[in-house]
Amino acid sequence: MIRYLIQKEFLQIRRNAFLPRLIVVFPIVIMCVMPWVMQMEVKNIVVDVVDLDRSTQSQRLVHDIEHNNYFIFHGQKDSYAEALQDIEHTDADVVLVIPQDYAKDLTLGRQPQVLIAANAVNGTKGSMGAAYLSQIVTANRWSSESHQAGLNGRVATEVDEVNANPNMSAIQSKLSTLYLYNKHLNYKLFMIPALFAIVMMLMTGFLPALNIVGEKESGTIEQINVTPVSKWSFILAKLIPYWIIALFVITVCLLLAWLVYGITPAGPLWLIYLLAMLLALFFSSFGLIISNYSDTMQQAVFVMWFFVVILLLLSGLFTPTRSMPSWSYLTTYINPVSYFVESVRTVFIRGGTLLHIWHQVLALFVIGIIMASWAVLSYKKNN
Amino acid sequence: MKQFISFVIKEAKHILRDKRTMLMLFGMPLVMMLLFGFAITNDVKNVRTVVVTANSDYQTQQAVERLSQSEYFTIVRTVAMPQEAERIIRNQKADMAIIFAKDFASSKSGLQFIVDAADPNMAQQWTTYASQVLMNPAAGLINSKMLYNPQMKSAYNFVPAIMGMLLMLICALMTSISIVREKERGTMEVLLVSPTRPLMIIVAKAVPYLALAFTILTIILLMARFVLGVPLQGSVFWIYFTSTIYILLALSLGLLVSNIAKTQLVALLVCAMVLLMPIIMLSGMIFPIESMPRILQWVSVIIPPRYYISAMRKLMVMGVGVEQVFFELTMLTAMLAVLLALSLKTFKTRLE
Repeated sequence: MIRYLIQKEFLQIRRNAFLPRLIVVFPIVIMCVMPWVMQMEVKNIVVDVVDLDRSTQSQRLVHDIEHNNYFIFHGQKDSYAEALQDIEHTDADVVLVIPQDYAKDLTLGRQPQVLIAANAVNGTKGSMGAAYLSQIVTANRWSSESHQAGLNGRVATEVDEVNANPNMSAIQSKLSTLYLYNKHLNYKLFMIPALFAIVMMLMTGFLPALNIVGEKESGTIEQINVTPVSKWSFILAKLIPYWIIALFVITVCLLLAWLVYGITPAGPLWLIYLLAMLLALFFSSFGLIISNYSDTMQQAVFVMWFFVVILLLLSGLFTPTRSMPSWSYLTTYINPVSYFVESVRTVFIRGGTLLHIWHQVLALFVIGIIMASWAVLSYKKNN
Repeated sequence: MKQFISFVIKEAKHILRDKRTMLMLFGMPLVMMLLFGFAITNDVKNVRTVVVTANSDYQTQQAVERLSQSEYFTIVRTVAMPQEAERIIRNQKADMAIIFAKDFASSKSGLQFIVDAADPNMAQQWTTYASQVLMNPAAGLINSKMLYNPQMKSAYNFVPAIMGMLLMLICALMTSISIVREKERGTMEVLLVSPTRPLMIIVAKAVPYLALAFTILTIILLMARFVLGVPLQGSVFWIYFTSTIYILLALSLGLLVSNIAKTQLVALLVCAMVLLMPIIMLSGMIFPIESMPRILQWVSVIIPPRYYISAMRKLMVMGVGVEQVFFELTMLTAMLAVLLALSLKTFKTRLE
């Protein structure tokens, strides 16, 4: 019996003009476009410099900024007010003001203050830009100091409140960083496993839910309710085609990731499939529950959209879960997408095995089972 | 005119009777504002750090003390060997490790960071912050001023983005679905043969959604101002003016989609895939446009929310005058004209 129902579902999907195209094109577009888009990296910050000193020292600083790959040097302005206009017009992101007597104060061992004003509407961009710019300023200052020290034949000893760094430049040059798992700092590697979550959500969450509510709206669900088809067969027959499609889509995504970006998972492949299927279990049940409680497609779409957006945003897909305040961090304990995102990243990027992610797998399984029971129990054949 | 009004009232009643959708419509801005305002941030916080030091002399202790006092880092363990730290990171119990060399105090050698670079963005932020905290560049040398957003609250960046997305969602998606639903149910035929002009029917369908969009816009602005503390620096009049143009644009888009789509499912999927996905990705809402490759930057030129969001950011947060947003306003008006013309042209008074 159920075999015929599944066959019917596949036929209906194929006959729909739009759906097969969507199923094939959408994952391809997501895999090809989104990793390029999802660069949260702060790059190409436009800098304006106001040099009120015009000494060799300050010009050397300007030169350093100009030739730094991180910044786009916009130009030198004559006054702070002028540069501020650039910021207002969003032609510049950061302004650096070098005060008068900059070089003179440095030689005399005083602390001339440099002003960095950053457009902080995008807080990360503003603070990162300011931080990098201040690093250049500090480096320039220390290089001038040692240059000066070389000239005067004495070592400038700073009395900071910190005694740990008697000579900063020495330590600066000896600071090394080892980046684990992602040597090239490739952001795509970070995002691609996460994209699987989005794909699964759409294929196994939205589509089955819309399918069932569509039947409700057109009245054909009444027809199947009066047949001997059991609740279980009906639900399974609706879900299984979409699970098969989801598996197929994940395979396509993995292939694309390898072909287009040269990215392959570091951990075992079967784990990724297992995680995807567990997530599919959750999303299918969730879609089913929503379709049981909705009468029109519009309702189903909006309710699903509402919950899915919340789940995705709070899952650590786009922004790290550790940066969240403690109350919202608690929600990650009941958010299956956050378990999925964490574990799929561990397997894909860090090469983890079942040992590392067993508690996430367990959590996903438990949440999936609970949702599935709710879905099946809430489906009533006679209303 | 009376016919028109009665149609508008009928549509409004339809919308109001659908309690679940109304709940979602009003709940979504509220929830998104709360989430974006309080929960979603990229800030560096609670970075679990392992300290590796073979001997604990005074200098190392001082540096570690400074680390643990900063709000960014939480010291999870102190171990003696780097391999141990790597193992802890691999087991996901820590995010980075800081290794103090043996002669750190006499500064003959330096520091090493081992960072979990799965998230390269955060990894780079962590190293920058760590080196700043440890090196502590002469504090008096640099005066950093964060303009417009001194506390660097990410809400400032997100609120205009949420407005752009929600208004597009309501106006385009809902309008198109409502028109196509009539086609699907067969009641469109009845409407078309009625004495009312077909165009009036469609406009009557759009008017309640216009009112709804304005209500939602006001709610968002009020929430932003009083709950999130995002300032409304610019003139409210111009904010509403720009929003009106954007809403009309979204409505024309909805109209266009409804002319093309035959079933609700298609209208829904077209709106969602072709409109919402590109909007969320390419309009500069979440991901900055400057960081995208050239091709995608060109594509984002034709996406209306990009201009709306940038105009809102300037008007709301930066509080600049309207002269600075002339470019965005012209682009939005031009797009509105094009879309309106297109949707009127493809409007069919007969059922195919």
